[in-house]
Amino acid sequence: MSEAFLKIENLTKNFGQFTALRDISLEVFEGEFVCFLGPSGCGKTTLLRAIAGLDIQSQGSIAQAGADISVLPPSERDFGIVFQSYALFPNLTVEKNVAYGLESRRSRRNEVSRRVEELLMLVDLSDQTKKYPAQLSGGQQQRVALARALATAPGLLLLDEPLSALDAKVRAHLRMEIKGLQRRLAVTTIMVTHDQEEALTMADRIVVMNHGVIEQIGTPEEIYASPASEFVAEFIGTMNFISARTASAGQCACEGVPLDVDTENMSEGRPVRLAIRPEDVELHLGDESGSNNETLGVVESLEYLGAFVRVTLNLELWKTRLQADVSTGEAHRLSLEPGASVSVTLPAEKIRLYSLDS
Amino acid sequence: MTAKGVAISTTGPMLRRKSSSDDRAMRLFVLVIGVYLIVALAFPLYAMLSKSTLDSKGGFVGLENYLAYFNTPSLVYSIQNSLFIGFVTTSITVTIAFVLAYALTRSRMPGKAVFKTVAMIPILVPSLLPGIALIYLFGRQGLINELLFGHDIYGPIGIVIAEVFFTLPHALIIIITALSIADARLYEAATALRAGSARIFFTVTLPGVRYGLISAAFVVFTLSVTDFGAPKVIGGDFNVLATDIYKQVIGQQNFEMGAVVSVVLLIPAGLAFVVDRIVQKKQIALLSARAVPLEPSPDKKFDNLMLVYSIVVSIFIVGILGVCQFAALVKFYPYNLSLGLSNYQFDLMDGGGWASYFNSIEMASYTAVFGTILVFSGAYLVEKGQGLGPIRGTFQLLAMLPMAIPGLVLGLAYIFFFNSPSNPLNFLYHTMAILVISTITHFYTVSHLTATTALKQMDAQFESVAASLKQPFYRTFLRVTVPVCTPAILDISIYLFVNAMTTVSAVVFLYSPHTTLASVAVLNMDDAGDIAPAAAMGMMIFYTAAGVKILHYLLSRGVESRTQAWRVSVAK
Repeated sequence: MSEAFLKIENLTKNFGQFTALRDISLEVFEGEFVCFLGPSGCGKTTLLRAIAGLDIQSQGSIAQAGADISVLPPSERDFGIVFQSYALFPNLTVEKNVAYGLESRRSRRNEVSRRVEELLMLVDLSDQTKKYPAQLSGGQQQRVALARALATAPGLLLLDEPLSALDAKVRAHLRMEIKGLQRRLAVTTIMVTHDQEEALTMADRIVVMNHGVIEQIGTPEEIYASPASEFVAEFIGTMNFISARTASAGQCACEGVPLDVDTENMSEGRPVRLAIRPEDVELHLGDESGSNNETLGVVESLEYLGAFVRVTLNLELWKTRLQADVSTGEAHRLSLEPGASVSVTLPAEKIRLYSLDS
Repeated sequence: MTAKGVAISTTGPMLRRKSSSDDRAMRLFVLVIGVYLIVALAFPLYAMLSKSTLDSKGGFVGLENYLAYFNTPSLVYSIQNSLFIGFVTTSITVTIAFVLAYALTRSRMPGKAVFKTVAMIPILVPSLLPGIALIYLFGRQGLINELLFGHDIYGPIGIVIAEVFFTLPHALIIIITALSIADARLYEAATALRAGSARIFFTVTLPGVRYGLISAAFVVFTLSVTDFGAPKVIGGDFNVLATDIYKQVIGQQNFEMGAVVSVVLLIPAGLAFVVDRIVQKKQIALLSARAVPLEPSPDKKFDNLMLVYSIVVSIFIVGILGVCQFAALVKFYPYNLSLGLSNYQFDLMDGGGWASYFNSIEMASYTAVFGTILVFSGAYLVEKGQGLGPIRGTFQLLAMLPMAIPGLVLGLAYIFFFNSPSNPLNFLYHTMAILVISTITHFYTVSHLTATTALKQMDAQFESVAASLKQPFYRTFLRVTVPVCTPAILDISIYLFVNAMTTVSAVVFLYSPHTTLASVAVLNMDDAGDIAPAAAMGMMIFYTAAGVKILHYLLSRGVESRTQAWRVSVAK
């Protein structure tokens, strides 16, 4: 692959005794859309602010487009930024807000207004130029902030939870819009979010963070299908966990009962957590196959979620409770109702295994 | 590897951001304003402290002056007197203010706006004025002096009445604020739990305003202990610390003893200040963003009671003012009660004549203009400046300090510092500039807090956005911060103007024959026995201050309507 556009090496950030970022290294490539995803306090915003130069890191280096920008003030870096609050200047109209970064660059007035027009067209706000931010809806304000950040054609676009202040419908719509815009302009973009759906739908690559370290970097598919750690597995999507111990190769013991899984060369007797997604749990009517991974489950409750039903099952054999997603039709066919019994299979290839003693 | 240059190791030194031109400019400005505060506040105070340890020839005598002070019974007696005035005034003012604030926030009586405006009037007059009115009412030839049943108005009774008048608006503002942040849901919950109105009052209302009450009590205590105007006019032989300073300096030219008394006066003022700061923080913590505002429900009996009460308080305030106006117009009380403007012929009296009045307007205008620029810029730099760290803390402390320094003490400190022949700033002494500087400094804290509050309400990311757009900070300051904060900026300038018009304490030591001021003229004319002209000049100050307030009101309304389109969201 080509040289990274943004290269972060061994970044650490301390606030007094507290370490907000610990030895972060990361590369972002030209034109890429990267999401920093994690729970609040994981350090994702701190990392973004370090990249922007707003809160400088304690140690470590950042290079952008081949130049070391580690200690540069924000005004000497090349980025545009959109904050959760949008930070639109309330006393300036939409067009003045967008033109804010253009005016003093000695560009001629008609050039500025042409550029502003172009940007407002881009974010579909051409008819709102003379309005003040307070007269716009949240989604519109969001787009003005985006246009303002893009006005100076920065090499890097930073988005700090840009959609969090919006309601669900607008958020889903803007997600697609921002992603489309980013693809068209091919501007390298980093977005901070705590919303996994946002990250999964928008990002080319996701950086999952927790407690100041990177848990995993990968495409949305990789992150969802092969979470690298128990944290990622739990944070992204819904996951069932079962405590077990590794037994002979290819087997784990759960409450003393064997279960086939890929044990990945782990030595025997180690405590592990087995993870399987609800949609990977298979339910069927009593045709015993004699597989290690099949048992009888008793339906405890059903949660109707529209297109599918989330079934909570009690598995006597492994003394555990787990959730399975089945389509509404399937739920009918299996006559699932509280108290009913159903055969449950946990396909070995769908079970991931996390060592507990790390 | 294209990232080069910086050697990385996890144990290496902390990285520091390279300064941008903005950072350097901001640091320079902070430094300028910081130096102002050091020169206008810290140095003079130091000069005063050191003066209190010197003899009249300038030799160091350690605590000898303090020993002399505490061995002079007449001087020590003033401590007791000051504390007595402080405690009595505080209990009366806070009680009156609480009930009035309660009437204004929790009743549905008519005319609330009028009563509130009337209660604010005392802010617009020098604290000398109520004393003058009291002389006309209860003095030896007073209009209704039989109401005192033979007691003398000159002394503690007069001082306390005048201080109650003078401190009422300050207490009222604080308590109204405390009462209006009440959460209606608490009252609904209490009512749903069938608590009676008395029980609700003691379990919900009072606890909710306790910090407001404490804060109001300390403000009133400080004001009444450090005030100089009322005891000067109506104190008679009842000496307090503030008048002692004045007598030591102006009367006996004993500057060292003046410094000692000043230090003594700093103690209660400083203590009250510290407690108030602690309480203020707790008050803020009580503020819940989701509180539902309380709408008082109508209660005929209660509303009428509150109405009568508010009318009585208003009569007290308007009455004091009315008597002053009467005194100013009566030709020769009590012998010739016909009305005329002869008392306005200030040029025939001591005190500097009409020139004092115009000097005051000039001084107040300079104070308002330069003070607002200085205070607002200072608050902006401290709030928004990047990487100022310890400088910010020091600045904040210096900005809060003036609140704890009584005006007289500040004025005396200025004499010691600026009048010293070895001081290169000596040329400022006896100029208009030193009056402006002392007044800005004297009223710095409240202005600074107003500016800080307004700035804190602005989106913290404006500066980050501007930096990312490579705009210099002053552009955002002028194009965004100042327009958005215009209401606060207007508030600050009016506050400074009105206080510059009415203040006596700091400037009384600093004026010169060609920079006499209206408020000082009131003092000097009263001193010379020209009480009626003193009242007339006092009323001139009132009309000017009131006029400026009305102008402020109209201006604010204008700004509001012009910026309504974008202010909708900012106002929240």
